[in-house]
Amino acid sequence: MIELTVNGTKHQVDVVPEMPLLWVLRDELGVTSPKYGCGVAQCGACTVQIDGAAVRSCQSRIGDVAGKSVTTIEGLRDRDQHPVLQAWIEHQVPQCGYCQTGQIMQAISLLELIPKPTDEEINVVMSGNLCRCGTYPRIRAAIHAAAAKMGAK
Amino acid sequence: MGVMQNLSRRAFIVGSAAVAGGIAFGSSSHAEQAATTANSNPLAAGLGPNAVTFNPWVEISPQKITLIAQHADIGQGVGSVQPILIAEEMDLDPGQFEIRFAGPSPAYFNSGFADEFAPFVAADQSPAAEAARAATLEYLRKTGLQMTGGSSTIPDTYEKLRVAGAVARETLKAAAAKRSGIPIADIRTQSGHVILPNGSKIAYVDLAAEAAKIAPVLDVKPRDPSTWRMVGKPMMRLDVRPKVMGELKFGIDLKMDGMMFASVKLNPNKGQPMKSYNASKAQSMTGVKKILEIKNGVAVIATNSWYAMQAVDAIDCQWAPSAYPAEQADHWKVLEASFKPEFLGKEWRKIGDIDAGLKDGTPVQAEYRAPYVAHQPLEPLNGIAIVTDKGMEIWVGHQSPQAVQSIAATAIGLKPEQVTFHNQWAGGSFGHRLEYENIRVLAEIANQMRGTPIKLVFSREEDFLQDIPRQISIARHKGSVKNGKIVAADLQSVSTAPLKGLLERTGTPSKDPDAQLAAGLWNVYYDIPNFRATSYEAQGLSPCTTWRSVGASTAGFFTESFIDELIHAAGLDPMKARIEMCTVPTYRKVLETVAQMSDWKGPLGNGRGRGVAFVESFGTPTAEVVEVTATDRGIRIDKVWVAVDVGKVVDPVNFENQVQGGVVWGLGHAINCELTYAKGAVQQTNYHHHEAMRIYQCPVIEVRGLENDPKVRGVGEPPVPPAAPALANAIFAATGKRIREMPFNKFIDFV
Repeated sequence: MIELTVNGTKHQVDVVPEMPLLWVLRDELGVTSPKYGCGVAQCGACTVQIDGAAVRSCQSRIGDVAGKSVTTIEGLRDRDQHPVLQAWIEHQVPQCGYCQTGQIMQAISLLELIPKPTDEEINVVMSGNLCRCGTYPRIRAAIHAAAAKMGAK
Repeated sequence: MGVMQNLSRRAFIVGSAAVAGGIAFGSSSHAEQAATTANSNPLAAGLGPNAVTFNPWVEISPQKITLIAQHADIGQGVGSVQPILIAEEMDLDPGQFEIRFAGPSPAYFNSGFADEFAPFVAADQSPAAEAARAATLEYLRKTGLQMTGGSSTIPDTYEKLRVAGAVARETLKAAAAKRSGIPIADIRTQSGHVILPNGSKIAYVDLAAEAAKIAPVLDVKPRDPSTWRMVGKPMMRLDVRPKVMGELKFGIDLKMDGMMFASVKLNPNKGQPMKSYNASKAQSMTGVKKILEIKNGVAVIATNSWYAMQAVDAIDCQWAPSAYPAEQADHWKVLEASFKPEFLGKEWRKIGDIDAGLKDGTPVQAEYRAPYVAHQPLEPLNGIAIVTDKGMEIWVGHQSPQAVQSIAATAIGLKPEQVTFHNQWAGGSFGHRLEYENIRVLAEIANQMRGTPIKLVFSREEDFLQDIPRQISIARHKGSVKNGKIVAADLQSVSTAPLKGLLERTGTPSKDPDAQLAAGLWNVYYDIPNFRATSYEAQGLSPCTTWRSVGASTAGFFTESFIDELIHAAGLDPMKARIEMCTVPTYRKVLETVAQMSDWKGPLGNGRGRGVAFVESFGTPTAEVVEVTATDRGIRIDKVWVAVDVGKVVDPVNFENQVQGGVVWGLGHAINCELTYAKGAVQQTNYHHHEAMRIYQCPVIEVRGLENDPKVRGVGEPPVPPAAPALANAIFAATGKRIREMPFNKFIDFV
């Protein structure tokens, strides 16, 4: 049994330690906002926070996550009022939406690192997150809008 | 969507209610459609007690209002705009209704294909062309073809869903009039309620039982656009919030009690069987419950998807070799050798005297190439199914509900009507979810695991290997210029056949030339006195299918690159020449608009360059200007301007997002994507081999929608075809280098 905390709730899972966190979340715990896109850290759709840092959950062995705290978009504090999510809604970023939870988790991490990022800084941090629908212009706009909201607080 | 609560919902409620099912529409052009399907409103059979359905798109029970989305949502936003079109007329607000995807039924035949399937170019509005479109519409009605694709959702539903909503509204008013004794003329509706003159309100859901007992009001007309609350105005897509919150369930997110997980390894020599396999290693791996042989490979059943994928990866398979050339170089050789009469698809168009025209003036000729490309939406192929003695039930995101039934049924010896299909929100498609690789194998697996719900998820690698690609194509174009004018253009392409391939795999093969290979080749609207457009169809190559914008994705690149070469040879400005040559006034306006948006003033100099391209696809004329800078790190795309005329912009915010996304799709794949075969399998098996655009390469994309076209058009695909030629033309303007083959990064570096 491996113990971890997901969105504030403790869980024990009976899986091999090599199993990626992504699949533990999705198939064992029913937390479906982290998405399977590539399995090799090429798309970022599986991005979650482990102890506050954005990681690709498809590359995190569950054995290494034991005892740690995982946050997915479902578990964000004040989710309904979260400035990044609000900006994403106001700019109507998603098309198919499959990559967007990963994009948002990465953007939250970016804004914690750089509160007012330039386009160039957005490019550097967000280029690991693939969007096949091509919502990049809106992702950029939403990140700037979220930065402004957070700066105003 | 609530479809998962009860596996056998349909079985339980069939026959439990026989309410006002058959409804015919009144005065609209869709009236006949509804009349034909009047006895087969598919919602009638599933109604609960005291519920009513007015037509195949509206269902009201005492508990809730459900609006049916007949077109599949593959990210293009139609899961939102379809119910909004109904809600506009019903005076419903977002949040007052549920959305459900349609099941298979001829009631949902796609009238939006009438224009694309009729053999006339879109700008031809002659009586003969309109008569052919009307005949095509009748054919579509008879066949009952229910399919999402060809940028047809808005053309199909723009009128009929508003009429459907108006019928519902007027019938609810009639029910309220009967209850209250007040004349209908004194009754109005607002926000999900019927309002009586004294201000008292009756909720629609409270009128369901009474509305079911009266004859529906069919003599309705949709409201005048000036009265619209939502349609045509900036509005919030209904799926945006649940997608941002991570709450929306895609097909891959569904779960059922007792479900087992499956993953597959299939013969990468597409269409060929497996010879043998050795699963001794996989058998003992953690979580593995069963290993199954299926027609073209193996499946592992396990306790989660990851165990299944790991185990299937450990199985050693011997494959039957490919029926097409094993190596990519030989695919190109077959294409090169297919510009011959025996491979003629069709001479689609001939104007003037092409042979004389080619001899008159300065000759120009060029060869262009476009490779196989993958779809690879981010949600991999998946699905859930259960097979019992009664039949099969399947939950999967797909664009062709009836084909899902027939493909699954054929795979396991059922009748199509024994397959119950529940469509799902899909994480992209781009044409991928018109094919059946997941449907067929899921049916086979579930049939071998009778009684157990099976969730199949393709690994990304397997999805790449089984992706039936976009057509491969070569063009050999000739032309001539004289005295500053284009005298002749002889456009010839050879390709694999995408639409014919899809039809064949759907079980409805066609002997006609593939009309998608005319797209972007024959619908050229420049005043060129001698013109010919001919397609050839190469045989024996990889199966191919529809990829966002289909034929025009390759032919549009060839044609607009060659037109640019002719214009250059004639010594003209690329924008001014196109505007002057354009023979369709509304299309000329599209070019003029993009010239004005980009403030086009000719060459930029200093390593900067602009290119323009104009392509009409699926009836939608689209012009794009791309601006690039040649830097010491390669080509940087600085900005893109797009003008597109759809007759009516129905959902403006989503419209802009779709157009921007189409440009990103077109540019990204033109820059760096191709699929190549080696030993019969594609060599690209994940995104680092087939990347398309990431945010660092994404330019600012300015969009303007025009509403001059006499018909309402779609926009999911038309922004794609002009992107690649506009970029190639811009690179030429900046560097003097013509790039005539995709992907461009084989010939020039990009930042």
